[in-house]
Amino acid sequence: MSTSPLDNLAAQKAELLEKVTSLSTLDELKEAEPFITGKRSILSALQKSLGQLEAVARADAGALLQEARREVEAALEARRSILSSQARAVALESDRLDLGDVVVSAVTVPVSVGHPGLVGSTQRELEDVFVGMGFVVAEGPEVETDWYNFEALNIPPAHPSRGMWDTFYVELGEPETVVLRTHTSPTQIHLMENAVANNSLPIHAVAPGTCYRRDTPDARHLATFHQIEGLIVDRNITFADLAGVIETFTHAYFGPDIESRLRPAFFPFTEPSAEFEITCTICRGEGCRTCSNTGWIELGGCGMLDPAVLSAVGIDGDEWSGFAFGFGIERCGQMRHQIADMRALIENDTRFLGQFS
Amino acid sequence: MKISLSWLREFVDITESVEELRLIMDDLGLVVEGIERVGEGLEDVIVARVDKIALIEGADRIRLITVDAGNGPLDIVCGAMNFEVGHHVPLAPVGAVLPGGFEIAQRKMKGVISNGMLCSARELKISEDHQGLMILDEMITPVVGTKLMDALSMTADVVFDITVEGNRPDAWSVEGVARDLATRLKRTLRSPKIAKPNVKATTDSFASAGIDDPDLCGRLTVSALRNVKVGPSPDWVAARLTSAGMRPISNVVDASNLVMLELGQPTHPYDAAHVAGKTLRARRARSGETLETLDGVDRELAKAGRGLGDTGEDCVIIDGDDHVLGLAGIMGGASSEISESTTDVLVEAAFFDPMTIARSSKRHGLRSEASNRFERGVDPNLALRAVGRFVAVLSESVPDLEWMAAPLDISGKTPELPVVELRENDIERTLGVAIPVKESTTILEGLGFSVSEKKGSLFVTPPSSRLDIRSGANGRADVIEEIARVYSYRRLPRRSPSWPTPGGLSQLQQFRRKVRDVCIDLGMNESWTPTLGSNEDFDLVHPGAARVRITNPLASEESVMRATTITGLVKAWGKNIDRGTGDVVMGEIGVVFTHPDSTKNPHNTKGGVAGSVTLALPEETERLTVVLGRTKDDATTAVAFWNALATRLSLADVVVRTLDAAPGFHPTRCGALVDRASGAVLGYVGEVDTELVHVLAPTATNRRLGLIDIDLTALSDHSKATRTSQFVNVPSRYPSAVIDLAFVTPLTVHAQDMAHALRSASPLVERVELFDVYRGNNLPEGTRSLAYSVRFSSNEATLSDSEVSNARDVLIATATSLGATLR
Repeated sequence: MSTSPLDNLAAQKAELLEKVTSLSTLDELKEAEPFITGKRSILSALQKSLGQLEAVARADAGALLQEARREVEAALEARRSILSSQARAVALESDRLDLGDVVVSAVTVPVSVGHPGLVGSTQRELEDVFVGMGFVVAEGPEVETDWYNFEALNIPPAHPSRGMWDTFYVELGEPETVVLRTHTSPTQIHLMENAVANNSLPIHAVAPGTCYRRDTPDARHLATFHQIEGLIVDRNITFADLAGVIETFTHAYFGPDIESRLRPAFFPFTEPSAEFEITCTICRGEGCRTCSNTGWIELGGCGMLDPAVLSAVGIDGDEWSGFAFGFGIERCGQMRHQIADMRALIENDTRFLGQFS
Repeated sequence: MKISLSWLREFVDITESVEELRLIMDDLGLVVEGIERVGEGLEDVIVARVDKIALIEGADRIRLITVDAGNGPLDIVCGAMNFEVGHHVPLAPVGAVLPGGFEIAQRKMKGVISNGMLCSARELKISEDHQGLMILDEMITPVVGTKLMDALSMTADVVFDITVEGNRPDAWSVEGVARDLATRLKRTLRSPKIAKPNVKATTDSFASAGIDDPDLCGRLTVSALRNVKVGPSPDWVAARLTSAGMRPISNVVDASNLVMLELGQPTHPYDAAHVAGKTLRARRARSGETLETLDGVDRELAKAGRGLGDTGEDCVIIDGDDHVLGLAGIMGGASSEISESTTDVLVEAAFFDPMTIARSSKRHGLRSEASNRFERGVDPNLALRAVGRFVAVLSESVPDLEWMAAPLDISGKTPELPVVELRENDIERTLGVAIPVKESTTILEGLGFSVSEKKGSLFVTPPSSRLDIRSGANGRADVIEEIARVYSYRRLPRRSPSWPTPGGLSQLQQFRRKVRDVCIDLGMNESWTPTLGSNEDFDLVHPGAARVRITNPLASEESVMRATTITGLVKAWGKNIDRGTGDVVMGEIGVVFTHPDSTKNPHNTKGGVAGSVTLALPEETERLTVVLGRTKDDATTAVAFWNALATRLSLADVVVRTLDAAPGFHPTRCGALVDRASGAVLGYVGEVDTELVHVLAPTATNRRLGLIDIDLTALSDHSKATRTSQFVNVPSRYPSAVIDLAFVTPLTVHAQDMAHALRSASPLVERVELFDVYRGNNLPEGTRSLAYSVRFSSNEATLSDSEVSNARDVLIATATSLGATLR
């Protein structure tokens, strides 16, 4: 019987494991690694020596060696992990600072100029216009159930009109029952449900907020964006009030020479529905590339509350009527500042941020 | 939907200009997204034959081409290389104006005179092809000298690209758009030529039909066409389809498509020879059935989908052997397709339940021109009129065509048409203006509604093409929209709003604005970082914690809802560092999400079908997070930033209590912000964990980043974040005395607690401020020296030396009681 190159494997392995245990710093480990598992280790030497064996014996010996290698490697990794957490602990300890002892008057802080974000600023300007018109500002959650985002808004399950919104679904509950809100319209439902529960109609509210659509971002769209929604429920509200509110807002926000107009459109939660357009702010109605030479640009959607929505929240449509409108906050900011690519808004490049004050 | 002006003109007289028409269609809610002028600028382009190709000395990208366009040889310099002698190509002669206004002139290039331009399809705006010249021999048999438009059977036309809204199933056709225009313009709507069955033999002697599930298929008509000869369509049919963006295929298929575009009724022609038993039946698909659709995909039928309420219903068309031929109303199968050898055709024209089609189409990811129409609701009474049009069109290329008498017409369940009552002031109550009954009636009747008046009310029944019109109050809104639409929204009045309740912001909203303003004043760049992030980033701060996942993310890096704004801000800061613009303070007020399993305060809300169940949704909390990344920033500047913020927010006394760890923070450089009076933790201050910086901003691994992370709701809550009194002190008019006191203080006694104790020790204390901390070997172990500047004053008189001295003694005694000794 010939001697195998692996006759001393058990002892050799034990020696390596002992060596691993003796390593006391990460630097030591790094230095020793080639001699333990690397090219200059006994394991690698043994691997080479297997070449002299016959095929069957080589396979058996190879497996044996592989197992030993795994064991040593595992020990080395365990050691590395212990040593690095020790190193981190030591580093953290030497870094320790009692923040209760900070002498604030002795801290020198450079004067640096901050800048507001475009979305936040635009949202505030819009809110201010509406507050001036007598609206309160409401807010709602970003994760919504199918009921609030769709069904109560007269968009039944599987209805083709759902194709109007590319929806992100959240892994909660039954499949496709929890969503990232695709618009701020669910806030309408919350407002109306609360008003019914608290017997506090009428409602005059705007609701700004973050919305999500499963749409690859490009120069004109972001998957995450902001809308502002308006809702009025009161007695004797007609389409004339809707058109009047849109017009008052347009003049107040965009300026007296910017006009608004409505044209028929479809939204499941309003009927009659309209798309509202304003005079192109780039060409002031002369016709340009931005407005496809029409002199008008689309801003948002609006309409009289659909009776089905009122009945979903338990409001008597014979006593109360109302309207809703909604549009993009980024779009308002984009139009005012002529931003060529919306993606700049989420890149937080200080060269971009620094242009707002 | 693309509709050409010439096609519309077959239905209604149009004298308006293209721009006028666009405005009218927009105002009717038929939004024109684009206008394409076909053939514009092609009037001068003629067919030329290439007779000679010669090289030009000193040029390798252009050649001298001699062509004949009917008036003898003409030299043209041309850069295209894709043609040979004998080919026919379009020539724009000198003086021609190409689409886009480019005028052709005689030019001299490399010493050679060019007398015109040979054109590519893109240059002529005929297609996007710009591979070289348009080789006419590949398309037609060209004749030298003819006008290109004649050679290609093109007529100048205008094509409108119209978006049809979801509630206008009727408008998804040329006739539907024409009906709107005719009503608005008060003109007559013409019907196209409709054929009638022309042989005596009845259909039932040849084919049979049936509906097994009347709830899925409301109507199934089957017509038998004989003596069919499959071939190309007449030019006008091909041109119509092309203008609408469809490719001509064969006369039978083209007739089907034409009818769909024209009237809105999808029809399906089958080769009768390949339909077992010449039988078409509609039924519910059974579990286990499969179908290979025309797009070559094998589809499993009757399998429940993921969508809410989707039980997996599919309506299928089967043959006499109960074999599935197609997914009804969506897409057919390959087995019974029309081929060149087809002589007998079965035409299916049907009405399918819109919701069934919508669910099937979504579940199978299969949308077709037919399904788009069926899912919105095709007129249940349109089927046989559409077949009549189909036959009229097909007869032009098949003069001997036979349509067998008495087409099979099976009824299932179709939606009932409502009768909508418009009470006397309903229109005014909705629109704010009373539209005269006569005008409303004319509008509705123009749109195909039937109207009768009784006791001041109008009773309105929609045409069967308007399945979108609902009953009751909903239907009233629908009908009023129709009236308003045709009356014109622009004619409706506007009323400036006024109501007695004031507008305003909530306390939280006002507070949020103030926090934002102060932070920006203190140097913060307001940022907007992603709500959706990766699992890896989530684990950096909340390792292993339950997380809110997105089922269908756009990318795995955007599959988890953030539980902190820290990672996003550090990343954004790191990108700025990479750009060399990163020595800044960045911050965000943003919402973070906690999985309902990980919080005591999930957002419990209504969910499920009809909102019938209660669901636990993630807790949504708003945080103010500021990352201080200027060169010298660290935990101490973060504390200073916080102090400035707290002062501006009138917080009474918030203590920084050293902490072992807070999510995302450097473990030995972080503290909790604790309100002294309420004990509430408002947030944390310190430095970003070095490991986080290492991973998220790798090029700035060794930088220290100051960090503040605060619960905005707690901060705004006066019961948690105690405010200073709104009553202010008028400072003493008498001089004050300032002394310094340094105490060797146990490490266990907090510097701010000591200050608080000193402040409370004597009524004479006006202010206590820490000005130095000294740690040294010469002090006892476990202590450090805290030096305070103390200002004494009294509102009654100038303090005497003994009063100051007594007060000083009281303060020293207070410090001593805390274990400190005067240094």
